[in-house]
Amino acid sequence: MISIPSTLKISIRALWVNKMRSSLTMLGIIIGVGAVIAMLAVGTGASRKISQQIASIGSNLIIVIPGSMTQGGVRLGAGAQSTLSREDAEAIGRECPAVQAVSAEMRRAAQVVYGNQNWATAIQGLEPGALEVRDWGLVDGRNFSEQDVRNATKVCLLGQTVVDSLFGSMDPVGQIVRIRKIPFVVIGVLEKKGQSPIGQDQDDVVFIPITTALKKVFGTTHAGTIGSIMVKAVSTEALPEAERQVTELLRQRHRIGPGREDDFTVRNLTSMLQVAEQSTKVMTLLLGAIASVSLLVGGIGIMNIMLVSVTERTREIGIRMAVGAKARDIRLQFIIEALTLSLIGGVTGILVGVTVSGILSALAGWSTEVSILSIFLAFGFSALVGIFFGFYPAYKASLLHPIDALRHE
Amino acid sequence: MTTLIETVDLMKIYDVGDSPVHALDGVSVTIDRGDFVAVMGPSGSGKSTFMNVIGCLDRPTSGEYRFDGMDVGSLGPDDLAEIRNRKIGFVFQGFNLLSRSTALENTELPMLYSSIPSGERKKRALDSLRLLGLEGREHHRPNQLSGGQQQRVAIARALVNDAPIVFADEPTGNLDAKTSVEIMELFVRLNRESGITMVVVTHDPDVAAFSRRVIRFLDGRVVSDVAVEK
Repeated sequence: MISIPSTLKISIRALWVNKMRSSLTMLGIIIGVGAVIAMLAVGTGASRKISQQIASIGSNLIIVIPGSMTQGGVRLGAGAQSTLSREDAEAIGRECPAVQAVSAEMRRAAQVVYGNQNWATAIQGLEPGALEVRDWGLVDGRNFSEQDVRNATKVCLLGQTVVDSLFGSMDPVGQIVRIRKIPFVVIGVLEKKGQSPIGQDQDDVVFIPITTALKKVFGTTHAGTIGSIMVKAVSTEALPEAERQVTELLRQRHRIGPGREDDFTVRNLTSMLQVAEQSTKVMTLLLGAIASVSLLVGGIGIMNIMLVSVTERTREIGIRMAVGAKARDIRLQFIIEALTLSLIGGVTGILVGVTVSGILSALAGWSTEVSILSIFLAFGFSALVGIFFGFYPAYKASLLHPIDALRHE
Repeated sequence: MTTLIETVDLMKIYDVGDSPVHALDGVSVTIDRGDFVAVMGPSGSGKSTFMNVIGCLDRPTSGEYRFDGMDVGSLGPDDLAEIRNRKIGFVFQGFNLLSRSTALENTELPMLYSSIPSGERKKRALDSLRLLGLEGREHHRPNQLSGGQQQRVAIARALVNDAPIVFADEPTGNLDAKTSVEIMELFVRLNRESGITMVVVTHDPDVAAFSRRVIRFLDGRVVSDVAVEK
């Protein structure tokens, strides 16, 4: 029985003699493996981006906004009514076990002025719990307290974009800014959060206590009503339950009888994105599957060349058999040859795939991510291709009769 | 002398077209250890088929064949390969060297298939090449060697596993007269000095003259089997 290292040496020499042919055959595998790696990288990158977006809006979020309303035959959109109150928010926090944190909020556009600088931004009134709801931290200063909310203190937290626009590189904490001519003390700076899933700059915002917003800055048509309620469920699994509890509680509080429409809308932001993530995963699989087809074609190329090689080297096979090579020695030699082709092709393909992914993200700006799994997958797959498509030619070679093989011209 | 090869009523029948061809038609031959036999006959007489069968490259259609005490008829292809590997050396008319390998690698070839470690493989191949006067040619490829040198590489390959018997099929067929004599003298020396049994298939009486016994074939049968008078 011949040893594997000796066989490997014979195979590499045989492949080296036909350099052009061997490299063209490998090219099939290189393209196949490269395509699988690059396609999976594009897919994985896309779903990673979506996951990051989910994380950036805060996980397990539910948003409650007032319902639509019809005024003189004209149906106004969702949020047109003023049906939600701070008491609703407090009740949700108190009575829904699937809810971890809750924040009553309102949002208006306004000009913020500091010294001779001014900036139009979104002023958001909210509860101290709002930061926990959004998984949002502070880089400087402090969050406002329950007491600030109770007393409707004139304090604010600034988003990064606002800080950059008004203060440049200066430390804003302790400075006074004016919103609608009312002076506010900056007590904290929010962490940078980046774009929202729909491309909004989440850092272009100023947070003030909800009570300050309601009583001192904006006021509302109906006293005590608010813009929206943000709810954070205790876990992703608890989201549907939290949604149900919130809906039930609000219907009760708003005295909506059975069969009548809600005067509010509950939206589950996370689940929307999860659907998007799911579809990206399907997309990734699909891209990978299409790329695998070219790997298959590469494998057929190997089989083709191995069959030619067996025919060309019939005499060599005869000589080897005459001096004592067994059928399995011949089989091993040709399988190792096919395997060498496919594995060298596989490794080169991995390098090509990684490079192409890099080029795609650099030139096209796609986020790509080459996963370790996809590398192992591609490598294993190319080895399988080598064994599978190498076996038949090798088997055919091993069936040769020594006399016939020796006489072959 | 002990018997190395014994065939009884060996038949080899090929189905070619309508009528079967009897390449061997009841051949019974005994060859002793240390003998030097020439097998002669015109083309198609069955002498090459005979060599292929007793060389374990081919199997008879019927009849008995004992090699070195073993009943070869009952052995499978792997066992035949094993016998070829360890007990038989072949020398062919067309040399049958691997064209992309050096003389040394060609000589090492049988040992690749008998699990001999590479260090010993190389040492034995070099010894074998030296014995045949091929020092300095170890790293030449067949196309860089003359016909006589190529045939000597083939002989080195045949001897490297210490086979007790060498089968040579028209070993001088591709060589000029002078080189032919050199090769045949080499065979005589190996036979005499190392006790290697030689079976040479040839149609050339000058070549047969180097042997001690001539077996003539015609139409698949042995027509004469005589000792050579010296």
